[in-house]
Amino acid sequence: MATVSDAVQLEPLHRLRRSVRQAPVGFGLTSLYLSLVVLIPLAALIGQAAGTWDQGGWLAISNPQTLAALELTVGTSVLVTLVNMVVGTATAWVLVRDTFAGRSILDAAIDLPLALPTIVAGLTLLALYGPNSPLGVNVAYTRLAIVLALLFVTFPFVVRTVQPVLIALDPEVEAAARTMGAGGWTLFRHIILPQLWPALLSGAALAFARALGEYGAVVLLSGNIPFSTQLASVYIFGEVEQGSTGSAAAISLVLLVLTVVALVGVDVLRRRWNSYAD
Amino acid sequence: MRTRPPRWVRWLVLAYVAALIGAPVGLVLYNAFASGLAIFWAALMRPEALHAIGLTLLVTAIAVPFNTVFGVVCAFVLVRSRNPLRGILGPLVSLPLALSPVVVGLALLLAYGARGWLGPTFSGLGLRVMFDVPGIVLATMFVGLPFVVRAVEPVLREFGVDQEEAAAISGASALQTFWYVTLPNIRHAVGYSVVLTIARSVGEFGAVSVVSGHLVGRTQTLTQYVGDRYMAFDLAGAYMAATMLGVLAVLSLAGLTALRNTVSETESAPRQQRLPQGPATTGKPVAMQLEPETESRLPSSTARAA
Repeated sequence: MATVSDAVQLEPLHRLRRSVRQAPVGFGLTSLYLSLVVLIPLAALIGQAAGTWDQGGWLAISNPQTLAALELTVGTSVLVTLVNMVVGTATAWVLVRDTFAGRSILDAAIDLPLALPTIVAGLTLLALYGPNSPLGVNVAYTRLAIVLALLFVTFPFVVRTVQPVLIALDPEVEAAARTMGAGGWTLFRHIILPQLWPALLSGAALAFARALGEYGAVVLLSGNIPFSTQLASVYIFGEVEQGSTGSAAAISLVLLVLTVVALVGVDVLRRRWNSYAD
Repeated sequence: MRTRPPRWVRWLVLAYVAALIGAPVGLVLYNAFASGLAIFWAALMRPEALHAIGLTLLVTAIAVPFNTVFGVVCAFVLVRSRNPLRGILGPLVSLPLALSPVVVGLALLLAYGARGWLGPTFSGLGLRVMFDVPGIVLATMFVGLPFVVRAVEPVLREFGVDQEEAAAISGASALQTFWYVTLPNIRHAVGYSVVLTIARSVGEFGAVSVVSGHLVGRTQTLTQYVGDRYMAFDLAGAYMAATMLGVLAVLSLAGLTALRNTVSETESAPRQQRLPQGPATTGKPVAMQLEPETESRLPSSTARAA
């Protein structure tokens, strides 16, 4: 008696499960949209870079000006990432553990660089630290200006990845360490920091990737002076404007590879860290 | 016992945020209105400025719905599908978050430009993609693609398929199941990520710069307008447009905070709602219990009863 009615009742269930697992329409639509918007353009970029590799692609990368731009891009990105690891962790610590009037304003200000269009970020920094600065400080068209712009746009990443981990930390571990005489710096260095590393690394990787490719915030500030303040992204833009899409694609490919290596590398590092912790 | 940061760390952080974010943003706001509302108004009423605002709204209005529908469907595929190609879908969807906007623009140019892979095909159809509005829409779609997927995917994974299967057994059609069971569960995640997508779409600069061609009054979006006006030494125009974009950014942040608060307030309700009252407690089959319509119409009373 049960078998017949079960079969009747469960037929829609099986149908649902089948359609969910195979999801032919969903998968088709997803692939089509992703192909048109992301895959075909990226394939075209890689194709262009590979196709013109022998006739100028390699030259475009190995010429001194490009090398200088790439060096500056990687150098400033590393510097900015290191600053973010320190200041971002300190900020998350203050946000989670400190109590003072205006803490919620600080919390809200953290996300502003993510929400603000990058060109507006550049303009705001230029207003305070540029030629018309009311402070009389003019750093426009210097490497310091680039670092400032990159610090601005990358600020939220480390804060927002470290913050939830800090909230979830078990307070008893700290209490135990404290009863054994640890305090202040020792406590932070040996008890808190080791638990933050995986999140800190993820945030740092995001900040680094963002800094490598940043364009809007630096385009007005950097001045784009070859061998001095020319960044890879602004250089690529110039090449595109001049119609040298071949060399632009070659340098873009280098930037793309650097980004992917940074993200994948940190992911591997983080997993290894987690497996040690377990 | 939670270790608090020393006093000097607090002051260091506050000074850093004030110097890097607070003071510059405040100064731009001040600059925009310093010379009087009349100048701000005049800068706003220029035809090129109005066109730029209109174009930004148009592009956002096209790109965001596409990315929302794609995001929900893609999240479903990532969580539920057993297709072997699913594994590469996840990293691919996240790629736009990390790529340089200039690289994005160049990639689109190489695919859809006049000498690109698909450019000739589209121009054969009479459609100009690059250096025109479709190109700007494509660039905006590219950079705004990951947000909805990334937000909906974990929620779908967490809720599982129990409710949907129950609805299917009770005779709900696929569309009814989606509308009455799935959608209420992912509603918050979709809303939150749509705000993020809008903010990102309105603010995109680099990718649009490459593909727009900077034709004043035709392909100039509001972010392009900021850059172009600054280059033309029209500071009033640049500050006006920057202020408009800044206000929009602050509004979207406020919206996100409000959404976060609603979610944390109602978080317990759907949890209790999730637990089906099985046959053991009532003696009735599950299928008769979970009428999808009743369930979705009376979520709060069910929750209270449970």
